[in-house]
Amino acid sequence: MKTVFARTAVLKDCSTHYCPGCGHGIAHRLVAEAIDELGIQGRTIGIAPVGCSVLLYDYIDVDCIEVAHGRAPAVATGMKRTNPDKIVFSYQGDGDLASIGAAEILHAGHRGEQLTVIFINNAVYGMTGGQMAPTTMLNQVTTTSPKGRSAVEQGYPLQVSEVMAVLPGVVYVERTALDGGAGVRKTKKAIKHAFELQVEGAPGLALVEVLSPCPTYWRMPPAKAMKRIREEMSKFFPVGRLKG
Amino acid sequence: MSERVLMCGNKALAEAAILAGCDAYFGYPITPQNEIPAYMSRRMPEEGRVFVQSESELAAISMVFGASATGKRAMTTSSSPGISLMQEGISYLAGAELPAVVVNVMRGGPGLGNIAPSQSDYFQATRGGGHGDYRTIVLAPSTVQEMVDFMPLAFDLADQYTMTVLVLADGILGQMMEPVVLEKKQSKRKLPPKDWALTGANGRKQHIVRSLWLADGRLEEQNRKLQTKYEQVLKNEVLFEDYRLEGAEVVVVAYGVAARIARSAVDSAREEGIAAGLIRPITLWPFPTERIGKAADKYGLFLAVEMNMGQMVEDVRLAVEGKASVLFHGRSGGGVPAVEDIVGILRQASGSGGGEKGVGKRK
Amino acid sequence: MTTNGFCEEIIIAGFGGQGIILAGKLLAQTAMKAGREVTYMPSYGAEVRGGTANCMVIVSDKPIANPVVTRPCSLIAMNKASLTKFGPRIKAGGLLIMNSSLIDGEPELEGDIEIVAIPADDLAVELGSPRSANMVAMGAYLQKRGYLGPDAAAVCLADVLAKRHHETLPVNSKALHRGAEFAAQGS
Repeated sequence: MKTVFARTAVLKDCSTHYCPGCGHGIAHRLVAEAIDELGIQGRTIGIAPVGCSVLLYDYIDVDCIEVAHGRAPAVATGMKRTNPDKIVFSYQGDGDLASIGAAEILHAGHRGEQLTVIFINNAVYGMTGGQMAPTTMLNQVTTTSPKGRSAVEQGYPLQVSEVMAVLPGVVYVERTALDGGAGVRKTKKAIKHAFELQVEGAPGLALVEVLSPCPTYWRMPPAKAMKRIREEMSKFFPVGRLKG
Repeated sequence: MSERVLMCGNKALAEAAILAGCDAYFGYPITPQNEIPAYMSRRMPEEGRVFVQSESELAAISMVFGASATGKRAMTTSSSPGISLMQEGISYLAGAELPAVVVNVMRGGPGLGNIAPSQSDYFQATRGGGHGDYRTIVLAPSTVQEMVDFMPLAFDLADQYTMTVLVLADGILGQMMEPVVLEKKQSKRKLPPKDWALTGANGRKQHIVRSLWLADGRLEEQNRKLQTKYEQVLKNEVLFEDYRLEGAEVVVVAYGVAARIARSAVDSAREEGIAAGLIRPITLWPFPTERIGKAADKYGLFLAVEMNMGQMVEDVRLAVEGKASVLFHGRSGGGVPAVEDIVGILRQASGSGGGEKGVGKRK
Repeated sequence: MTTNGFCEEIIIAGFGGQGIILAGKLLAQTAMKAGREVTYMPSYGAEVRGGTANCMVIVSDKPIANPVVTRPCSLIAMNKASLTKFGPRIKAGGLLIMNSSLIDGEPELEGDIEIVAIPADDLAVELGSPRSANMVAMGAYLQKRGYLGPDAAAVCLADVLAKRHHETLPVNSKALHRGAEFAAQGS
């Protein structure tokens, strides 16, 4: 029998704690495949955020650290500066990176740290139970925006990639969407490129923003969640390469 | 033997950290410790080591966290308001059992307070400081020479017990210049291998550094493990100094700059014929509880002198366990206790119920 | 403070730029080389802004308790504001070295204070080095107190002056000696 698809060895052989239809499982696999294909498993250090993906190290088989909420880019700075031969990546959600860790990601980019950042934007806080995130869409109902997000009350969704792309210390920014087969393939390519740049010693930070479904707190079935990314989210968060 | 050089405490401490093998320094500007990052920004690259000015104290301690997790000797320095911000990272360091050296050149508080010398962060330093069930080792230098001598000790203790060691100085010790001898010393401690470090899982099993323990009972187990470690520290690492205790009617207890002043006051009092002595805690955690407890079997009156409104005095009271009376003299918000004021208190106190027990004037 | 033994507590004060810090460091360095116990404490942080500078030096035969000087044995006042602030704090029987180039008249101080009015800026200009007024004043101080000589201080100049200023070593040495001479002879 011919094998047409196999689990990468960097992804551990276990079931995840993620909800049905969640994008984290896909994103984890893409990160693991990129590490595998680049042959850097033995020198990669992963940083797990606070959020749904806090248990990243249970799924991705590289040395890992779990850090305080939002501080991953600072922790990564401490690691990479003292270990320039290692490949350091952070995997962060929108609450972690865009809200409490806004200063850390901005300044890691501003300093031009040689890091790979995988930013999962699902427009909601998952781990704490569906609260409003900086990236929550206008009119989106969450437990802390019960009438739907209003620009007047809570501001517009935060466009992190656009902000990061203007920093001279950031070498690569791409926004992709886990909204179907094509989106997954594009995301894979972007993630792999963000690792490649660090392997090559590119002089700055590489960031991939991944629009990712959260059927549970969007309160809709998985297929509809993917459709929402395509038809609603990517209107405000346009996919494509912003820099590099 | 190296020669004596005149150096301010901040710079001397920075050079001593380099001599002690500090691989990486991360910090954010705040008075009165700005000489440290300035010095490190020049010297660390000269040595081929890492210096980063962070965007905040939250980031600085997180950078220490990252560097330490890879097995490097990492440190940061700050002053009181900045140390408050670092409590997040210090708690995570405790949870993840990572070594770190943090220096607090204390200034007046609460709030923005002022930039004058102070000892008002004693509670924060000795009670863990951040959230959760943990401790940090706290070293209290009293001279610029001790600022130097405590750096290799701090790094060794941090590595030995995989925990944060806090060096608690103040604006006077940071800013003042004093003759000091700087030399590289070989560590006498046998330090455990850093076999937990994140160095890349090349040909070995994945290493994970974490502080999240969700499984039922697992965190309690972890906290008991931490406690076992802390008990070793309590047993093995208490440091203090006794000074002129023979026949003391009053025993002064003071640390850091306050102890320098108390020592002079004890000398002056002795010249007047007042039998005063001094116990100087050098580690504030572990506190010399046993030493002071034993002293309380012998001496009837204690005087805690601090540059705050009364913090260490609580530990002195706990240590004497009601066996002796405890007085307090403190100055706060930049005030520094005067030798004459302490002598005045000693004068008044002697012959008022103090004294060596079973000897002299005790009623 | 200590009742027995030698202990000298000095405040040096003036405008920022008058070399206050350097004069203090020179005194501390010279005392250290002479085998004395010494501390040096600068004013720091926001206090420094607004153009005033001061530092405190203690030289003693015993370990020094507190490097912060509240009641100096000696004051070197390089401008009027410094004299106003610190003059009244001089201990009875103490010494005031005041820069008469910038301070008119003699202050009324209580407690039998010896006053040396020295035109430090004028003497420094005469030496061709206006910025050496601090050294002129320091020379006068050393002469009056006598526990360290201007020669010893001149030797230590190289330790405290940044390398890029080492071409001024000879003139600063001259300034130390000129100040000492003035204090000894009154002219």
